[in-house]
Amino acid sequence: MGLFVPLLFVECSFAEPAKGDAASREIRFNRDIRPILSDNCFHCHGFDQKSRKGDRRLDVRDDAIAEKDGVRAVVPGDFRASELHRRIYSQDSEEVMPPPKEGKRLTAEQKALLDEWIKQGAPYEEHWSYVPPVKVATPSGAHPVDALIRRRLSQVGLSPAPEAERRVLIRRLYSDLLGLPPSPEEVLAFEKDKSPGSYERLVDRLMASPHYGERMAIPWLDVVRFADTIGYHSDNPRNVWPYRDYVIRSFNENKRFDQFTREQLAGDLLPGSTLEQKVASGFNRLVLSTEEGGAQPKDYESRMLTDRVRAVGTVWLGQTLGCAQCHDHKFDPISTRDFYTMGAFFADIREGVIGKREEGLAVPSVEEAAKLKAMDDRIGILQEELKASSPQRAQDQAQWEQSLMNGPTDVAWTPLVPLKVQGGKGSQFEIQDDGVVNVSFAEGKVPASDTYTITVKMPAGEMNGLRLEALASERIPTKGPGLSDSGNFILTQVTLKEGAEVLKIAEASASFEQKGQPARAAIDDKARGVQKGWGVLGKSGVDQFLYLELATPLAGEKTITLVLKQTAGERQLLGKFRIAATQAPTPIRSPNVQFPADVLTAVKLAREKRSAAQQALLAKHFRSVAAQFAPLRNEIAATQKAREDYEKSLPHCLVSVHTDQMRTVRILPRGDWQNESGEVVQPAVLHFLPQPAVEGRRLNRLDLADWLVARSNPLTARVFVNRLWKHFFGMGLSKVLDDFGAQGEPPLHSDLLDWLAVEFMDSGWDVKHMVRLMTTSHAYRQVSAVPKDQLAKDPYNRELARQSRWRADAELVRDNALSVAGLLSLKVGGPSVKPYQPEGYWENLNFPARVYVNDQGESQYRRGLYTWWQRSYLHPSMLAFDAPTREECSAERSRSNIPQQALVLLNDPTYVEAARSLAARVLRQGGRTDEDRLNWAFQVVLQRTPNPQESAELRALLLKHRGEFQAKPEATQPLLAVGLAPAPTDITSTELAAWTSLARVLLNLHETVTRS
Amino acid sequence: MNLHEEFFQFRQQQSTRRAFLGRTSAGVGAMALAQLMQPQASAFAASKQEKWPGVINPLHYPRKAKRVIYLTMAGGPSHLETLDYKPKLAAMHGEPMPESMTKGKQIAQLQGQALKCFGPQHAFKRFGKSGAEICELFPQLGSVADEICIVRSLHTEAINHDPAHMFMNTGSQIAGRPSMGSWVTYGLGSDSTDLPGFVVLTSKGKGGQNQPIAARQWAAGYLPSRFQGVHLRGKGDPVLYLTTPPGVSASQQEDVVRAVNNLNKHHDTHVEDPEISARIAQYEMAFLMQASVPELMDLSKEPQSVLDLYGCAPGDGSFASNCLLARRLAERGVRFIQLYHKDWDHHGGVKEGIEFKAAEIDRACMALITDLKQRGMLEETLIVWAGEFGRTPMSQGGSGRDHHNHGFSVWLAGGGIKPGISYGATDELGYQAVENPVDVHDLHATMLHLLGVNHLKLVTRFQGRDFRLTDVHGKVIRPILV
Repeated sequence: MGLFVPLLFVECSFAEPAKGDAASREIRFNRDIRPILSDNCFHCHGFDQKSRKGDRRLDVRDDAIAEKDGVRAVVPGDFRASELHRRIYSQDSEEVMPPPKEGKRLTAEQKALLDEWIKQGAPYEEHWSYVPPVKVATPSGAHPVDALIRRRLSQVGLSPAPEAERRVLIRRLYSDLLGLPPSPEEVLAFEKDKSPGSYERLVDRLMASPHYGERMAIPWLDVVRFADTIGYHSDNPRNVWPYRDYVIRSFNENKRFDQFTREQLAGDLLPGSTLEQKVASGFNRLVLSTEEGGAQPKDYESRMLTDRVRAVGTVWLGQTLGCAQCHDHKFDPISTRDFYTMGAFFADIREGVIGKREEGLAVPSVEEAAKLKAMDDRIGILQEELKASSPQRAQDQAQWEQSLMNGPTDVAWTPLVPLKVQGGKGSQFEIQDDGVVNVSFAEGKVPASDTYTITVKMPAGEMNGLRLEALASERIPTKGPGLSDSGNFILTQVTLKEGAEVLKIAEASASFEQKGQPARAAIDDKARGVQKGWGVLGKSGVDQFLYLELATPLAGEKTITLVLKQTAGERQLLGKFRIAATQAPTPIRSPNVQFPADVLTAVKLAREKRSAAQQALLAKHFRSVAAQFAPLRNEIAATQKAREDYEKSLPHCLVSVHTDQMRTVRILPRGDWQNESGEVVQPAVLHFLPQPAVEGRRLNRLDLADWLVARSNPLTARVFVNRLWKHFFGMGLSKVLDDFGAQGEPPLHSDLLDWLAVEFMDSGWDVKHMVRLMTTSHAYRQVSAVPKDQLAKDPYNRELARQSRWRADAELVRDNALSVAGLLSLKVGGPSVKPYQPEGYWENLNFPARVYVNDQGESQYRRGLYTWWQRSYLHPSMLAFDAPTREECSAERSRSNIPQQALVLLNDPTYVEAARSLAARVLRQGGRTDEDRLNWAFQVVLQRTPNPQESAELRALLLKHRGEFQAKPEATQPLLAVGLAPAPTDITSTELAAWTSLARVLLNLHETVTRS
Repeated sequence: MNLHEEFFQFRQQQSTRRAFLGRTSAGVGAMALAQLMQPQASAFAASKQEKWPGVINPLHYPRKAKRVIYLTMAGGPSHLETLDYKPKLAAMHGEPMPESMTKGKQIAQLQGQALKCFGPQHAFKRFGKSGAEICELFPQLGSVADEICIVRSLHTEAINHDPAHMFMNTGSQIAGRPSMGSWVTYGLGSDSTDLPGFVVLTSKGKGGQNQPIAARQWAAGYLPSRFQGVHLRGKGDPVLYLTTPPGVSASQQEDVVRAVNNLNKHHDTHVEDPEISARIAQYEMAFLMQASVPELMDLSKEPQSVLDLYGCAPGDGSFASNCLLARRLAERGVRFIQLYHKDWDHHGGVKEGIEFKAAEIDRACMALITDLKQRGMLEETLIVWAGEFGRTPMSQGGSGRDHHNHGFSVWLAGGGIKPGISYGATDELGYQAVENPVDVHDLHATMLHLLGVNHLKLVTRFQGRDFRLTDVHGKVIRPILV
C-alpha cells in the first residue's frame, strides 16, 4: 500500500497544462490565480462581509492594492513590497497565510505563481462565466469543434487519435443517442455503407427515433430530481410521471431549449397555456415534501423554497446558490438577499406545505379528452333542457310561486333519543329524554379533537333526511354550541352507517356556514381537501342546524349510527346537540337554502315589478326544487358524477398553479426559519448579472425563465452545452458541471465552450443541432483506447486527443441486457413500472407499511428510465450502478465499481432471466454448431466476433456445464423457472441451461457494460 | 481534487504497480481465482490491491479506536426515562411548563397545545462505583456503568424524525450528504477484505411507532458508492442479490465468475483500461462475500454461553442478535458498524414503551461491552448509543412525550472514552442542555478524533465547496477522553 499512497494526494492541478515554470509564461488571472485565491483566501478576504478578516478583500483589485494602515496586500509589479508575498512565505505561525488552523497550505509552485502574477502587474479578470461568451473565428470548411480542439492539441504537443472502427462507432452512437445496442444487421449494414455522409445519416436517423428522447431524458431527470415519491419520512407516492413523458417528448420534438425552460418554470403562466405546458410546470413541484406528524409548516416552507432555488442554480445557472442560504456566498458574489429574492419567484405556487400532495391536474390523452368533452357536452345539453322555458313550465312556476306566497310549509322533524353515544377517552354524554345530548369531559379536560358515535333507532316510515341540531347551552361559558374558546365547533366529517354499510348522504346544507367551512365539507372528501369541515364561527351562541338529505330513503325502524368526526383541533367540539329525522319529500334543505331570502323577496313582488335578475333567479330556483324536474336533475347529477369519476381515473400530474395569495418571503437570518425578523423581499434575479427589463410590476416565474434564456445571460447556454458535452465525451469542458463559480473549474477549452454556447443561442437553442455538431466531430469519432505516452501526458483526457470510455448508466445496463435477450419492451412513456425487487427491501418504510409488488407482463420489461423512483429506497439494482436517489439535483453521477454491481449482474432475477432468454435466442437463431452460436451471441452482445482465446474460454465453460446439467437435469428446472417469461418448451432444458451459463458470462463482461 | 479523478488516479497507480509486479504470466485475476475457494486465505491479490487505503494516511493523531459500533435508537428515546433523572419534574407533574423555558422554541406535535410537566415514569438508581444515575429498568447496563460515559447535554437542530436522523448521520438536514460511516470508510478504508467497510443492521421492537428509516441514512451521498453502508438483512438475502441463482451450484457460479474475469483480463490486454482490474477485483469480492456473509450471519456456531450473555437465539432478528453480529463484524475488521433499533417513538404510553425497550436492549448493551472487553477489543472499539433526539418533559396526551431537540442523553464507551463518568446536564426539568452543551457536530468531531482524524481535515469538494462531516462547526469534547 505504502508504495503508491504518498503519490495519491498530490495537488490536483498537475494535470493542467501550462503549469511548469511560473516565470516563463503569461499568467492569466482566471486560469491561474483565481483558483488559488478562491481556495485559500476568499473565505476571509472575499465577498462575505461577515466572515471578512482584517477588512481586506482579495477578490477585488482596488481593495487588494489599496493601502490600509500603511500596508498594501498587493503592490502591482513588486511582489517583494507586497504584504501578500510576505505573509504566504512567513515562517511565523501567527502570521503565515493561509492560517495553519484552516488546514490549508500553499504549494511552492502556487506561491511562485502568485509572485509572478504580482510581478506582471497583478491584473484581474472578471470571473470567466459572468463574461458573455463570444465566438472565436474558426477556419471555414473545417468542423469547428475539431478546429478548436486541434488548435489546442498542437499547443500541448498531442495529435488526434484515428477514427474508431465502424462497429465501435455505431455501438457508441446507439448508446449515446438511444441507450440501446444496435442489432447485428444494423452493424453489418453500417460497416458496409462507406458512402459519403453515411455516418451523418446514421446520426440523423437515431435522433429521429422515439428512443432518442428517452436517452436524452435520463440526465435531465437527474438534474431536475424527478422521482415518483415525496422523499421525506413516509416517502409516499405522488403523481408526476406525465412530467417525465413531457421531457421525453420535448427532446424528441426538438423543443427549443428556451421554450423548454419557459414551460417548466412557468408553463402555467404562458398565455393560453396548453395542457402540455401545464404538465411541464410540474417541474416546480418536484421538491421533497413530508407527511410526518409534527412537521412545522414554516420549516418546510423554507425547505421547499431553498430546494427550488438550489434547483435553478444547478439546472440553469451552474451556481451554487444554496451556499447563500445562511450567509453571503464565500467565494462568489451571491448574496443572501439574492438567495431569497430568487426564492420569492416561487411564492405564488399554490400548494399545501405539509401533508399529502394533491392529485394534480388530469392529463387525458387525445381520446380521453374527447370522451371528457362528450360528457361535458351532454351535461350542457341537459342543463339547457332544464333551463328551457315553456308555457307549461311557466304555469307550473306560477303555482309554485303561489305556494311560496303562502309561506314555507313546516317540515315535520322527529327528534330521536340516542340509544348510546360514545366518544374518546374521558368523554361523557348525558342523554335527556327529549333526545338532547350534553357533552362533558372527565376533570373538565376537553381534548383537542374527538369523534362521537351516536346510535339511534329510526322512527317508522320512510325517512328522507336527518338534521343535526347544534344547540347553544347555558352550561358552556361561551354558550356554545361548540367547546372551543370561540364557542365554535368544526364537524370534520359526518358518516352514516347501518351496521358496517355506509349510507350515502346526497346533500348537506346548514342554517349558517362559516366562511370557508361549508356544510358540504362534512360529507364530501373532495371539498374537505382544502376545508376543515362545517363550522359556524361568527354565529355561535345560538342554535345551528345541519340538514342531510339521504341518497336512498331509509325505511322502517332501523338502528343506525352517526359518526361525528371533529378533528380540526383546538377543542372545536360540539357541546350540546340533538338528532332529528323527517319524512318530508326531497329536496331536504335548510330553510334558508330552500327558501333563500332573495327568492322570497322576489316572489313577493308583483310579476311585472321583478327585475330580469329576479326573474331568472326564480326560474332557476323553481327548477332546482320542483319535484317535476327531479329526473332531469338526477340525470345531470349522475352525468356529472360519471364525468368526475372518469376524470379521477385518468392520469394526473402535479403542476404549478398560480395563486394571488402569495407566501411572504423574508430573508431568514442564518437560514433560521423561526427568525421572522428579516426583511420581506420581492422576486428579483441575481444582482450581479444583467437585469430583466421589466418595470412597474412584480416579477414572476415567466420573467425568471425569460431572464435565464436571455441572450445577455452569460451562464445558461454554457451550462447546458457543458452538460451535453459530458453526455458525449464523459466529462464536461468545465469538469464541475454544477459550479461555474470561483470554486468550479475554468474550462480548459474556454474557446470551445464559448463557441458552443454562442452557437447554441445562435441556432435558436436547437438541441439536436448541438448534438449533431458534437457527434459528427472527429473528436467524437476517435478511438477510445489510450496510447501509453498519452496516458501520462493527459490521464483524464482533458485535451480530447481520444474518446473516453466509461461504465454505462444504470438504466442502460438494464436496457442493454433486456434488449439483447429479446425481452425489452420498446413502449414509450406511461406510469412508472416495478421490476423484480428483493422481498422485504421496503420493510423500513412505514405510514403506511408497503409491500412491493412487481409488475406483470410487458411492464416487467420496460426500459430502466421508467423504473419506479422511490427516493428513500431506490431500486437496488439501479442504486448499485449509481443511479441517484434524486433527493437533490444531480448534474453528474458517480461512476463506481463495487461488488454490488457484480452481485446484481450475477444474481438479480432480471439478469438471470435475460441470460436464459438470450440463450434461447442463441439456440434458435445462432446456427447449428457451438462455434456458430458462440459467434452469434458475441455479435449480438458486443457487436464483434470473439477471438480464439475468448472462444476457448467460453467453449470450456459450455462443455463443462453441459455435462453437469446432463448429469443432473433436475437442476435446470429452478434455473429456467427464474422470471415471469415462460421458459421455451421447444429447447432441451439441459442445453438451454448450459447456454444460460454462457449468456450470464456475456452479460457480466466489463465490455458489455462499458460505453467505449 | 475531484473525487472521481482521485479514483482514476488511484487506478492508474494500481496499474503502474501491476506493471511492476509483472502481469504477463499469471496475471492478477488468475492468481486470485486460484485462491477463490479458500475463504480467509491470505492472498487475494486483486482484492487487496483494490483495497481503498483511505485518504487520511497517515493518521493525523495516534488513534484510540480502530472502529465504531454506533447504536442508533430510532424514534427518539426519552432521556427522562433512561439516563437523565429529574426529581423536580416529578414534583411539578401536571403543572404548566414555565413559559420562560419554552417560548419561541421548536415544538413538534404539541404545537398550539397547553404545555404541562410530565414527571419521570420510572424510578432511577445509582449504579457502579461511579454512582451513575440510570433508570432502574436498565440494571444490566447499570452493571457496566463504570465502563460507560453518559453525556446528558446533547442537542440537535431537527425535531422531526427524518431530518433529525439525517442531521445525526450526516451533520446536515439536506439530503445527499455522506453519512458518518461513509466518511469514516472514505477517510480510513477498512481492514476487512471480504466484507464491506460500513455495515448497517436494523431491528424492530414493541411499542412506539414503527417510524420509517430511509436508506439515505447510510448513503454515501456525493462520495463514491463504494462507501455506502451495506444493509445486512435479517430476512431473505443478508446482502441484496447475494444468493446464487436457483439451480446453479457454487462451483458453477465460480466457473461463471472465473470466465468473466478471464475474459475481462484478456480484454484488458487490448484496451488498457484501469477500470478492468478494478472490476475483476469486485467480482472476486462479490464471490468472497457469497461465502463470508452467510458465515458471518450464522450465529449457530457461537457457544451457548455467548448466546446467553446477549440473550438471543440464532436467527431471531433481535437487537441482541445484531449486537452479537456487531462483535463478529468488528472481529472481521469492519470499520463502521451501525445498528438501528426502532420503535422509541413514544408519543403515548411512554411508561410501558420504555419497559419494552429496556427488555429489548438492556442485556444486549451490557453483553456487547462485556464481550468486547473479554476479547480485549473494547479499548479499540468506540461504542456510541444515541437517538436522533430526546423527548419533551411535557406530556403529550397524558401518557406520552413529544419530540424534543434542546437537550437529551447519549452514552459512549470503549476506545479512548473516559469510563465511569458523566458529562453535561440539562436544566432541572430536563428541557434545555445548560451545562457543557454538546451539539451533533461536537459528537462527530470527537468520534473522528478518537479514530485518529482531525475533523477539520477530512474534507471533500462538492458543488464548489469544501464539505466536512462537521460542516463548519464541531469541537472535540476533550473532558470525556482518556
